[in-house]
Amino acid sequence: MKLKGKVFKYGTDVNTDVIIPARYLNVSDPAELAKYCMEDIDADFVKKVKPGDIIMAATNFGCGSSREHAPLAIKASGISCVIAHSFARIFFRNAINIGLPLLECAGAVDNTDAGDTLEVDLAEGKIKNLTSGRTFTASPYPDFMSEVIAAGGLVEYTKKRLAHT
Amino acid sequence: MNLAEKILAAHAGKNEVVPGEFISASVDMVLSNDITAPIAIKEFYRLGVSRVFDPSKIVMVADHFVPNKDILSAEQAKQMREFCHEQGIKFYDVGEMGIEHVLLPEQGLVLPGDVVIGADSHTCTYGAIGAFATGMGSTDIAVAMATGDIWMKVPPTIKFIYNGDLGKWVGGKDLILYTIGDIGVDGALYAAMEFTGDAIEALSMDGRFTMANMAIEAGGKAGLFHVDNKTQLYIKSRAKRSYLVYEPDVDAAYDRVIEYDVTSIEPQVSLPHSPANAKSVSEVGDVKIDQAVIGSCTNGRVEDLRLAAQVLKKHRVHSGVRCIIIPGSQQVYLEALAEGLIEIFIKAGAAFSTPTCGPCLGGHMGVLAEGERCISTTNRNFVGRMGSTKSEVYLANPAVAAASAVAGRIIDPEEVMH
Ligand code: SF4
Repeated sequence: MKLKGKVFKYGTDVNTDVIIPARYLNVSDPAELAKYCMEDIDADFVKKVKPGDIIMAATNFGCGSSREHAPLAIKASGISCVIAHSFARIFFRNAINIGLPLLECAGAVDNTDAGDTLEVDLAEGKIKNLTSGRTFTASPYPDFMSEVIAAGGLVEYTKKRLAHT
Repeated sequence: MNLAEKILAAHAGKNEVVPGEFISASVDMVLSNDITAPIAIKEFYRLGVSRVFDPSKIVMVADHFVPNKDILSAEQAKQMREFCHEQGIKFYDVGEMGIEHVLLPEQGLVLPGDVVIGADSHTCTYGAIGAFATGMGSTDIAVAMATGDIWMKVPPTIKFIYNGDLGKWVGGKDLILYTIGDIGVDGALYAAMEFTGDAIEALSMDGRFTMANMAIEAGGKAGLFHVDNKTQLYIKSRAKRSYLVYEPDVDAAYDRVIEYDVTSIEPQVSLPHSPANAKSVSEVGDVKIDQAVIGSCTNGRVEDLRLAAQVLKKHRVHSGVRCIIIPGSQQVYLEALAEGLIEIFIKAGAAFSTPTCGPCLGGHMGVLAEGERCISTTNRNFVGRMGSTKSEVYLANPAVAAASAVAGRIIDPEEVMH
């Protein structure tokens, strides 16, 4: 699957409180959460984001609380994948579990500017910056995670597992 | 094997596990709360199952937005209440609830050697009693509720050794803020932290809970303590089922070993907007505050309230400061009542409430306005964490928070007491 979109770029340690502030956690509907996505770090994000767009960030993206609302809000906002130097552990699990693609690729992040257009081939881990023409390759997923992703998330993966036992 | 590896190997039915290995571990307790349970319940039904694997190994706690702050949060609590009733799961509701990470160990629901997962990042708190406990998301919790096991990657372990004697007004909160200040908010990313040394042996159980609680603030997957006499004493009266105590091998391998001499560590304050911005209280400078919050899963236990009372006993809260004190559980509330702490707080001009997470996550009971500053015994001081994105949170121990409430600015408790 190829993804294509414009880049929103952030720094290190982007935490789940700024991705979706706790004042909106009295609901869990992704479309509702998406209305406030990134509000405390980038008030214009929701106005500007278009389906397919991509978030890029430095290290430890998604640190802080375990709220699955964070990847849900990002996914429902239209973002097609997040590329970072590294991700916080719980956010990484949550994103894979709900089917928000993540890629770890410091080179791509460091050589891309906000507003650039990227084309991403998830299966190959290939990231092409259409604005600059440069290409990058992300670290591959471990086998186990590829299986979860291929199944379409943890619920689908577990359903299959349950059907076999 | 080290402590984390021993517990995980036993729960994966293996003789040995190594860092980086993917395992399926059986779980002894699965937790969720009023924010994370509604999604977990929805995903649980999407799995096509109708019953949880074992209701006695699942618990739900309404603590973040209760007593309910608005209609939407009341709907969320209602969903949990109904699900628990239908499935025979223990639900801790208003009147019985406490903040989950204070409540579970206190009620003996988590025990040494357990694998515990919770849809809350501070689930790592139970490492204080020698359990492997870690936070996950709602979908993980849904799967564990259905199957009784969960996939995990065995983490590398960083061993921390704390030597020396703790100074006055210095406790678990200061050690962990100091540590995060040293290694950074991703200093233990994906790793287990094993806390050892004579300063740790000297630390109370409440101090150990505070430290384990903030392992996640260094990116850690778990924060573990060895089980000693203090742990056994704490557990003895609470455990209602059997448990196993694991000890690391003497030749256990660690990813890294970090050693600190605690003797010269002063009370710590983490400046906005990161727990890693830790400084000695004497280096903070003149910082006026509008609010002080004492409570949360980090510092809402009885020893924390005793420290605050020690400071507030002969002093009054500064006229320009709102001091909000929140016990971590009904049990803590009762102990504070019996010991006369609540009277001290009220006479000092503080507000005292029923247990709730409340202001810790900017939920209710003390949300900050633009430009306001709060000193808080909680664990996160991210932008907007307690309210306006233009407010500020300073993290500290209960004595520093209480002293600052008295002085109207951030201050060393020793200065207020003399
Ligand atoms: S007290 Fe704060 S950190 Fe602890 S569980 Fe509640 S909201 Fe989370």
